[in-house]
Amino acid sequence: MADAIFLALSVITIGSAIAALELRSLIYGSIALMGTLGGIAGFFFLLDSPFVALFQLAVYVGSIAVLILFTVMLVKRELIFKKIEDKRRKFAGIGLMLVTMIALGSVFLDSGIKTITTDEPPVDFRDIGTDFVTYYWPALILMGLILAGSVTGALVLAKREDVENDQRTS
Amino acid sequence: MTNELVDFALVSVALLGIGIYGLAVKRNFIRMLFAVEIIINAANLNLVAFGRFLPHSGGQTLALFSIAIAAAEVAVGLSLIIVAYRMYQNVDIADFRSLKG
Repeated sequence: MADAIFLALSVITIGSAIAALELRSLIYGSIALMGTLGGIAGFFFLLDSPFVALFQLAVYVGSIAVLILFTVMLVKRELIFKKIEDKRRKFAGIGLMLVTMIALGSVFLDSGIKTITTDEPPVDFRDIGTDFVTYYWPALILMGLILAGSVTGALVLAKREDVENDQRTS
Repeated sequence: MTNELVDFALVSVALLGIGIYGLAVKRNFIRMLFAVEIIINAANLNLVAFGRFLPHSGGQTLALFSIAIAAAEVAVGLSLIIVAYRMYQNVDIADFRSLKG
């Protein structure tokens, strides 16, 4: 049975995920997204993974959410407060969401994972470090290269000066 | 542990559903990026939860890789938003149709 902290965290996470998508203002939306990411970090603490939780706080709440917030600030004021969505697709989207939740939820509830509990001690985070430098070292190097490449690419894209207004062809 | 694996799995299913709803309904580029972030976080939650209940360190290691790759993805996505915004002065993806090849 779930405890009170788990229930509070789920309410915060799911509620702020809905708020991030549905609030009229994009700025409040991105602050609500911070709530979702922080809630996930809380779940990681509950799962005895403090290392991943702190990584999540540093990378997601600390940098990605702030990056999104600054990008939102670069956008015109009218666009920040304008809700752009397909009215016709709204019901289809809600239907798709419910179908996904019910289908996957019933699969989970019917499967054997319902009975899985554990009394074993959590994984020591020194094992993660060992994993990184032994079994996963090629992936670690590749990840570093991908990160460097994508951040450089992002900088080059954002710095382009030959992109001006009125390039729309239609 | 008082919490069971299925509780975490159900929370992650709920987050996945919300993310799919956002991708299907919203036409704002930035909001769609929010939806993608929510879906990635649902996947990370599953990874760490299954890793805890096995117990195996692979779940946390993969979650760390996933977080790092997601950071790269957001950087590229936001720079694409900035370029598209400078070209079209809008963040509505319906206006980006001429980007189609």
